[in-house]
Amino acid sequence: MHGGVLAISDVASTTQQITFWLLAVVSVTSALGMILVRKAVYCAVLLAVVMLSLAVLYALQNAPFLAFVQVIVYTGAVLMLFLFVLMIVGIRAKDSIVETIRGQRVAAGLAGIGLLVLLSLTVGHAVLGTAAQAGPSFGANNVYAIAKLIFTTYVFPFEVTSALLITAALGAMVLAHRERLTPKLTQRDRSRLRVASGHPAPLAGPGTYARHNAVDMPALLPDGTPAEASVPLAIRGVPETPDQQRTLLGSSAAVRGETGAESGQEGDA
Amino acid sequence: MTGSLAVATTVAAHAEATLPAVGVQRAAWLLLVFPLFGAVVLLLGGKRTDRWGHLLGVAMPLAAFAYALIAFAAMLGYPAGQRSRSVQLYSWITAGAFKVNVGLQLDQLSICFVLLITGVGSLIHIFSVGYMAHDPGRRRFFGYMNLFLAAMLLLVLADNYLVLYAGWEGVGLASYLLIGFWQYKPTAAVAAKKAFIANRVGDAGLSLAIMLMFTTFGSVTFGGVFRHPGAASPGVLTAIGLLLLLGACGKSAQLPLQSWLLDAMEGPTPVSALIHAATMVTAGVYLIVRSGPIFDLSPDARLAVSIVGAATLLFGAIISCAKDDIKKALAGSTMSQIGYMMLAAGIGPAGYPFAIALLLAHGFFKAGLFLGAGSIMHGMNDEVDMRRYGGLAAVMRITTLTFGACYLAIIGIPPFSGFFAKDTVIDAAFHSGGTGGWILGICAVIGAGLTAFYMTRVMLMTFAGKRRWDENAHPHEAPPVMTWPVILLAVGAVGFGAWEILGDRLAKFLGPVSGYTPPEPAVFSTSGIVVLALAVVAIALAWAMYGRRPVPGTAPAARFPVTAARRDLYGDAINESLLMRPGQWITRLSVYFDNRGVDGLVNTVAAVIGGTSGRMRRLQTGFVRSYALSMFLGGVLLVGALLLARI
Amino acid sequence: MSPGNFVALAVILFVIGAVGVLVRRNAMVIFMCVELMLNAVNLAFVAFARMHGNLSGQVIAFFVMVVAAAEVVVGLAILMAIFRTRRSASVDDASLLKY
Repeated sequence: MHGGVLAISDVASTTQQITFWLLAVVSVTSALGMILVRKAVYCAVLLAVVMLSLAVLYALQNAPFLAFVQVIVYTGAVLMLFLFVLMIVGIRAKDSIVETIRGQRVAAGLAGIGLLVLLSLTVGHAVLGTAAQAGPSFGANNVYAIAKLIFTTYVFPFEVTSALLITAALGAMVLAHRERLTPKLTQRDRSRLRVASGHPAPLAGPGTYARHNAVDMPALLPDGTPAEASVPLAIRGVPETPDQQRTLLGSSAAVRGETGAESGQEGDA
Repeated sequence: MTGSLAVATTVAAHAEATLPAVGVQRAAWLLLVFPLFGAVVLLLGGKRTDRWGHLLGVAMPLAAFAYALIAFAAMLGYPAGQRSRSVQLYSWITAGAFKVNVGLQLDQLSICFVLLITGVGSLIHIFSVGYMAHDPGRRRFFGYMNLFLAAMLLLVLADNYLVLYAGWEGVGLASYLLIGFWQYKPTAAVAAKKAFIANRVGDAGLSLAIMLMFTTFGSVTFGGVFRHPGAASPGVLTAIGLLLLLGACGKSAQLPLQSWLLDAMEGPTPVSALIHAATMVTAGVYLIVRSGPIFDLSPDARLAVSIVGAATLLFGAIISCAKDDIKKALAGSTMSQIGYMMLAAGIGPAGYPFAIALLLAHGFFKAGLFLGAGSIMHGMNDEVDMRRYGGLAAVMRITTLTFGACYLAIIGIPPFSGFFAKDTVIDAAFHSGGTGGWILGICAVIGAGLTAFYMTRVMLMTFAGKRRWDENAHPHEAPPVMTWPVILLAVGAVGFGAWEILGDRLAKFLGPVSGYTPPEPAVFSTSGIVVLALAVVAIALAWAMYGRRPVPGTAPAARFPVTAARRDLYGDAINESLLMRPGQWITRLSVYFDNRGVDGLVNTVAAVIGGTSGRMRRLQTGFVRSYALSMFLGGVLLVGALLLARI
Repeated sequence: MSPGNFVALAVILFVIGAVGVLVRRNAMVIFMCVELMLNAVNLAFVAFARMHGNLSGQVIAFFVMVVAAAEVVVGLAILMAIFRTRRSASVDDASLLKY
């Protein structure tokens, strides 16, 4: 019985070690990737990998509740929010790799290495010892125990947090709100504009006549040329300079002839 | 000087007890209140008082004069030893042992001045009504004049040096305001400043003298200081005397502070008559005579007074001989006459009554001369150059007669007042003893000759000879409001001599104050005859130079003595080279030190801080990532520090 | 499995996140790096909770998550507002507040 427990514990320990080292490598690699890749959307995906790895590590640390919250709230909600904003901001936007602030990278690297060394020293210096005997609250009872703590010892911070969340939600609304400056286009206006533009028929959807059916592939026009305007703005990427903006909007206007409707849509967003 | 030492022993005699005033004299403060009221109403009343302001301005001095006559009559009613009366008004300063009351002292000396100031002042005020009739600032003029009268009366009525000093400063202020009355003329503004500054030098001497008196005698009242003047050491007494002399020099335009008086003629002519001839400039003489008990004990200080007086009387007379500006010629004459008074005052108690007698006589005839000059200017479009006059006797008869009477008075022709007044001074100078007395006397005699010369010159250039008028000039006699005061003054100039001739009245009257009762002098002393002869020679010389020959329209080229006299005997040049230029150097040095030293230090500190800030400012790049980096580095340092602390 | 390993991993992730904040210019990426740092701290909390057998560490980690969520919401809203006016997500462009 005793030996069996030990054996099980040994097996568990080995499994834990394998999992930890695997996830450690994965998460560090992903984290490094985050600061190296140029596209923000890759960054987000890599962050998701790190977060999921951490969720598993939480579980490994007898924190099942946090592991689930990590997956659901962080990876599920927060990261989705990131992706959502990325879509608006322009998913194709790439960071330039040229550093504009002189010495920033060197200084940041040195500071990072310095902090790493110092923290490692601290951690190595500290007597961390082994893990304490895991009580019931670190096992099946975890959710119950956390709930009890939150609603007894930490009830005041918890309530404050709720106030914080409401404030944040209101703040986000206020910040994202934009006054309408032009009258809202009704369906009637839109149809009138469309007829007046000379292209009354709807545009080809993205992927039509293309070899891919992904939304980021432009449709092909009857003469075989790609119709850039068929790709949604968010995927096409927002032009960065006024010049590009003009050409892009110009081509879009030429092809779709509904700049007004488009800007109206943007206003709705 | 040995004779005067003997006189000094009789000092105690004239430290006569001052009794409290009774009866009508208790209202002596009215003398101050009348003109002060006029000044306040006219100066604060503004344009509302423009229409009747001059009438009030004339009424106030007349009221004061009327009261002065009443007080004088009351004084004559007392026995000779009890004529000094004081009126204590209120306690001004009480600081420990230092107590100063505002008190008035009505004695023989002050009543002389009060009568002169209010009497001549009233006449000049009346004259001004006509003279300033067309001036837009007439009301302001009368306000200043009343202010002057109030200050001057305070000066002569004060029973202590501190109140005297207040009046002293008040007349300086009024003088400044009136010299610069036409302040839009740069020359007038500069002259006012010059007078003020020269007076400040003298005032500094007076204030130091007062401080020295307080430390020496513990009191600044006349009674307190004069009770035991012998208690102080001779050195201190001489120092006080010399400081008082400095004050007197400033106010009375004596050497070396004489330079302002000639420029002061920029003021309206009634101002020149009242302030810069008849009253204010004689305040120095009053101060010396009033401080007699101190000078009595200090022969050195007295000698200094006499020397200053003798030097100034020659100085002024020489300047006066060369001036073509009628007012400046008269101003030089004023300096010279005050020099006589100072000379007499420096002789000691034997000279005081003669100094005062000459002062009073001078008040009449010099005011008359100036008002006569004012009448001429009034008729000649404010022309002051005598080379543009000539032949005015035909068109301005009254002026010619009054001016002539005053002229005879000033050059000392018997029986006009100047003869008696000046002769006694010269006589006293000769009798003051020793070689010094002879030198002083000879100076005075030469001065008398010069006086006769320059006054004859003025007379001849103005009233005789061909008409050298401007084309636009239409000389005419002034209106009665201007002629009558001059006539009265001329009568005074004549009559004062007649009054004085009868038995040395003034000397006896002043006896209790001056501590000297003169013996019966001969009317015609030896020196008097010499002076008279000299005057006749001078008149003849002047006639030969200006009467027989035509006077050129412009000043002819001249050699050394004349050019020097035209330039005020280089008084301004000396002031400029001795005081102004070194002062400017010091100022420049101070400015340089201020700019480079003080400011330099401050600016350097500011520049260092500013420069450092400018460089530090570059740290504010605006890049969030830079700030984040510094935060991060700070965190690293913090962790490092904690780690170090733990290890 | 020693908690030291977890803490070491947390340190490494934290430093990577911090360097990312400093070197990247895209505001979105910077945000993500901040999230990475928060996650690293959370991992350390959980490790310490396990080490001490005290559940408070987990509760704190929970609170950190909530606050992080609020921060992301507000931060992204600000980002949107900036992007609307400046058409750029680069933090270097918003550098007017300087000397």
